[in-house]
Amino acid sequence: MALIDLSKREVHCKIVYYGPGRCGKTTNLLYIYNSMNSNAKGKMLTIETKGDRTLFFDLLPLNLGKIKDFDIRIQLYTVPGQAIYEATRKLVLKGVDGLVFVADSLRVRRQKNIESLKDLKKNLVDYNLDIETLPVVLQYNKRDLAGSPIPTLSLEELEEDLNSDLGVKAFQAAATKGVGVFETLKDISKKTVRYVATKHLVKPK
Amino acid sequence: MADIILTGPALEQARTQIDESLVQAGVHTVLLIDHAGNVVASCGKNRKDLDMTSLAALAAANFGATSQMARIIGEDDFSLLFHKGKKDSIHFAKIGREMILITIFGDEVSLGLVRLRVAELTSNIEKIFGLDN
Repeated sequence: MALIDLSKREVHCKIVYYGPGRCGKTTNLLYIYNSMNSNAKGKMLTIETKGDRTLFFDLLPLNLGKIKDFDIRIQLYTVPGQAIYEATRKLVLKGVDGLVFVADSLRVRRQKNIESLKDLKKNLVDYNLDIETLPVVLQYNKRDLAGSPIPTLSLEELEEDLNSDLGVKAFQAAATKGVGVFETLKDISKKTVRYVATKHLVKPK
Repeated sequence: MADIILTGPALEQARTQIDESLVQAGVHTVLLIDHAGNVVASCGKNRKDLDMTSLAALAAANFGATSQMARIIGEDDFSLLFHKGKKDSIHFAKIGREMILITIFGDEVSLGLVRLRVAELTSNIEKIFGLDN
């Protein structure tokens, strides 16, 4: 649920990066945080955890400028990927306006990708949301490993596993190097703002 | 999550109420947030060092986490939470099903007074925003 503040003329949208554990959701946010200039970004919040896993969520507020004198503010969240943190993962989804599903290109993670997408759909249904109507983009992360000896999934396999029902735009990425990170962000922000605007601000003719 | 519409006058009315009951009782800052972590209104001392966005997101998450705990012990949820610090403390109260009132106050204000005022405010704000049905 977006927050539209008419007195301050601000629109707040919530975009959640979802995906299996260790697929690179936090890495996406960190890359965005490190590359944006300080006027446009807020403080990045990460909750202290043991090791490099996200226990609760990461949060990065961004300011995307104005549309028709409304300030567009976007909050990027990540969820904890590990299956065991189901309750917290579901909490973060509350009030989501746009979704990035980050998939891991490693072959060993194939099942985890599929399970995570299934878990996402289930959690959305619990909030009366439908993955078909919400803005969603896919990101196939760790594509830089495709040429290496590490067994990875081909794009066709990823498409078949994850995008055959959804049919949404998918980006190839290598989040540690920043490849595809901003392309994903740009596309999902555009879709989310359009979604929120048509739902709440612009009356259909 | 249902869409809530907050009109300017309703928001202004809520701000005035918060101001009259809590801020004038001496609390530092009061935030009204929703369960998704958005700041709906802020009152009291405008502390520049206070990262409201993060605070709101964490408070919403904190509420979510504790309501899971509540469920484990057979409760629906906990309607208020309190964290005591050395100098400043923080009090969270649920308003309707969608909102949380966060009160930050120093040791010169008693917890009893905050609880009393928050309890009164809760039903008033619920009425203003039509969350009481």
